[in-house]
Amino acid sequence: MDLLTFGVQLLNGVQYGLVLFLVASGLTLVFGILGVINLAHGAFYMLGAYLAYWIAKYTGSFWIALVGGVGISFLAGMLLENIFVRRLYGRDHLAQVLLSFGLILVIDEIRQIAFGKDVHSVAPPAFLQGSIQLTDVLSYPVYRLAICVFCLIVAAAIFYVIRQTRIGMIVRAGAENRQMTRALGIPFDKVNRYVFAVGIALAALGGIVIAPISTVFPGMGDHMLILSFVVVVLGGIGSVAGAAVGALMIGLTDTFGKVFFPTFSSFSIYLLMALVLLWRPNGILGQREV
Amino acid sequence: MAGSAAAAKDDSVLPKPSLLVQGLTVLVVAVAIALPFLAPSYYVQFATKVLLIGLAAMALNLVVGFGGLVSMCHAAFYGLAGYVLALTTPKYDPASLWLTLPLAVGTAALAALAIGALSLRTRGIYFIMVTLAFGEMLYFLFHDTTIGGGSDGAYIYSKPSVAIGSFVPLNLERANSFYFVVLGVVGLSILLLRALVQSPFGHALAAARDNERRARSLGFPVYRLRLTAFTISGALAGVAGYFAAAQYGFVAPQMLGWHLSAMLLVIVVLGGMRGVTGPLVGAVALLGFEEVLKSVTEYWKLVEGLVIIVLVFALPGGLRQLASMVLGPRAEAPAAEPALPAAGEASRA
Amino acid sequence: MTDDTLKSAFTRRTLLSGAATVGAAGLVSSFPRPAIAQGAPYKVGLMLPYTGTFAKLGQFIDQGMRLYVEQKGGKLGGRNVTFVQIDDESKPETATDNMNRLVGREKVDVVVGTVHSGVAMAMVKVARDTNTMLIIPNAGANDATGPQCAPNIFRTSFSNWQPCFPMGKVMADAGHKNVVTITWRYTAGQEMVGAFKEGFTAAGGKVVEELALPFPEVEFQALITRIATLKPDAVFSFFAGGGAVKFVKDYAAAGLNKTIPLYGAGFLTDGTLEAQGAAADGIKTTLHYADDLDNPANRAFLAAFKQKTNQDGDIYAVQGYDAGALLDIGLGGVSGDAAARDKMIAAMAAAKIDSPRGPMSFNKAHNPVQNIYLREVRNGKNAYVSVAQANVDDPARGCRMTA
Repeated sequence: MDLLTFGVQLLNGVQYGLVLFLVASGLTLVFGILGVINLAHGAFYMLGAYLAYWIAKYTGSFWIALVGGVGISFLAGMLLENIFVRRLYGRDHLAQVLLSFGLILVIDEIRQIAFGKDVHSVAPPAFLQGSIQLTDVLSYPVYRLAICVFCLIVAAAIFYVIRQTRIGMIVRAGAENRQMTRALGIPFDKVNRYVFAVGIALAALGGIVIAPISTVFPGMGDHMLILSFVVVVLGGIGSVAGAAVGALMIGLTDTFGKVFFPTFSSFSIYLLMALVLLWRPNGILGQREV
Repeated sequence: MAGSAAAAKDDSVLPKPSLLVQGLTVLVVAVAIALPFLAPSYYVQFATKVLLIGLAAMALNLVVGFGGLVSMCHAAFYGLAGYVLALTTPKYDPASLWLTLPLAVGTAALAALAIGALSLRTRGIYFIMVTLAFGEMLYFLFHDTTIGGGSDGAYIYSKPSVAIGSFVPLNLERANSFYFVVLGVVGLSILLLRALVQSPFGHALAAARDNERRARSLGFPVYRLRLTAFTISGALAGVAGYFAAAQYGFVAPQMLGWHLSAMLLVIVVLGGMRGVTGPLVGAVALLGFEEVLKSVTEYWKLVEGLVIIVLVFALPGGLRQLASMVLGPRAEAPAAEPALPAAGEASRA
Repeated sequence: MTDDTLKSAFTRRTLLSGAATVGAAGLVSSFPRPAIAQGAPYKVGLMLPYTGTFAKLGQFIDQGMRLYVEQKGGKLGGRNVTFVQIDDESKPETATDNMNRLVGREKVDVVVGTVHSGVAMAMVKVARDTNTMLIIPNAGANDATGPQCAPNIFRTSFSNWQPCFPMGKVMADAGHKNVVTITWRYTAGQEMVGAFKEGFTAAGGKVVEELALPFPEVEFQALITRIATLKPDAVFSFFAGGGAVKFVKDYAAAGLNKTIPLYGAGFLTDGTLEAQGAAADGIKTTLHYADDLDNPANRAFLAAFKQKTNQDGDIYAVQGYDAGALLDIGLGGVSGDAAARDKMIAAMAAAKIDSPRGPMSFNKAHNPVQNIYLREVRNGKNAYVSVAQANVDDPARGCRMTA
């Protein structure tokens, strides 16, 4: 493998990892701050992609689809938190597992009724449709590079909000010590609702951003969910920085795994997780027991 | 998973069955034995399937209900044992049950031991996610490699034989014989689980569920207790998977997938977690419901999803709770039991 | 309650009356149960994917089959026909269950299904065990008309070997010497690539590297980069459905379509062209059908299908349509008396069908003998280029009926 090919594969891995981060960061926020396990996270990733397809089909604009898809998912998140999830805070995780599994079945059927079961594709915005010539035969799609930039911007925004703002402070406090934050009289209910909705919106955003380079198909959320779990386990629950590290590790392991030992590329991800667990049971950047 | 001590009083001990419950048990056993003589073969096969899923759920309940550990990888043990049968069955001849069953169950137990040893270092959400991820690891082991036919799965062309030397007590190819063997296996497993739950081991396990810190300070080796329960539970799930593979004559990676693990959890909660046989009732209810639903509507998954959501909010104690609501004080034994999982009690305090 | 549930799962009557009650509550029953009168209709069990990835294929097969029966006035071989349908969801793990339901509970006379090879093989197993008539309208697993062949099992589609073997010669004739193959690592993929390799090496070509990824993964970027480093003369690929859409688009996005021509089994561009868009232009594939095949049967079929469903017919609809034609011939040969099984099978085995795909007959393993066409994607259509090989007969390796 020459240096250029290595570079391209490295880029492939990083790009994959960044999308994974986008999806997993929402999951880790919900885990860390609300203490809720949400198996339906992957279903919202899938729903986001279908919304993008549907809105883009009627408006012809990827940007409207992006904003609309994220908006709708955010509202859906608020609604779900209000109706269901709120009742499960502090209840045992089994109830959360069952609720989100029930939601998966429901969301899947709603998707089928609303959008059908066909495979679709979404066109990226016109100015991102070209590609950059790398070698005499290989060129790299501009949209893939744009995804990298976009994910980095979103990541920076998440870090900014968490580190630099008052909301972020509350969120961090909640992640550190739920009981104490509540005892201090901080409006936790509202924060909870927003955090859950943001988590859902991030999953949908991942689905929307990936839609132009992936295809939009019914089972697309399943694999993403499990990978996000692995990312969160690797990084440490509630740690956004940990999610970033975990996502990049998985992106690179998967990409180079495919090149060097193709049959074991998926397996190697879980092997990596097992090794990290032996070394640090609470994840690389995880501090507390959950 | 830390629960309140209040819920711990005596629910680890199985309640003394009332006359009504005893009568029902006799009736159910009688129906189960008479079934092959009354129902068409399709329903005998259906009953076999329900028994096997019920067995897997009862196995899972040893760690969920009695151990307080929400495992999301039990389908992996179930499927693994099935794959062992598929891999050890020659193409044209039956495999010997006496060799392959212990091998399959042993493999499932070993996998449970390894996964449990790692996963039990974690708690709560972490434990759920880690078991889920390890289950998926085994799924991908069979899905991505050619060990067992990859994503296409593998076929088992003949059911295992129970011949001892030249003596053949039963032909498992016959649906009725197969059903009776499964019925016997499930019966034995129930007796085993009951004995386990009522033994000092079972009490210690439940004590650790209700208050880990206290159990630890009382000198219980919590990690070892849980690992033992997890391993036994995995082995029993393997027993179910072995017979399921034999029944279908086919194994596919989906047998190890997390969707089945989640379904098993639904069955456990539906049937009630405080009894040994609750999950079996849950399996009958859920699979029977599915069977009816499938023939009625194309959107049966929507209905099933809604039912699961309702279950979480309205019936956290499962069908037992419903029974005690309907039957009122007459169903003394079930009504006397706390319906909610221990942690649920804690959160309300 | 628990007790009721117990019983209802165990006896057929409560199950059905329960179903009727819920049905009366306003839900549409997907199992219409016809009254059984004298001269009971011939009962066809359709076991197809009505949901999931292959849902569209299942619907087209279903509609093609029903179109044929409608054209014959609701009869096959002069006998009235009823349908029972069951959704196999393309899940092999529930295939045995579903098949048992059709055979054991619904007591169908024939099962028609399915798309997914794994499900089809489970159906083959049950069909062999219970000696049920089975017609496979899509799944191409070589084994179904190979080692697992049986007198009561027919196929109206193709074996995986069939559409790919002729491609070997086509690509060698086009001057390609070094070729990379790429597919999913599962039986269908391996059989298709294997058949292509067989044809290609026989014609003097060389397969430089066989790339594969797990089914149904769609993250192709790493392997596309690999193709760019290997720089072969051409690429042969097999993907279907969502994977086919994404692979074709990724291949074009990486700019490889300009320098390394992409070939494939027909499924790469069948039913997927709308989603693939311009990225699919110029891709050459081989299959037993082309959208614009110019023969009277095809023109009539496409017009009738459009009229019935308001959709454009495709190969899947044709395969369903031909399943109807094959049963028609079988039942016609015994004047509707399906009990005369041997005679019916003999009539079906000897069938010569004037299919929309061209002439079709059956080999000894009951797999179709048919033309394989070379097509090229032009303006969103799989346009006919030439007959890649006429009357292609699957070798039916391992089938004991060929001796």
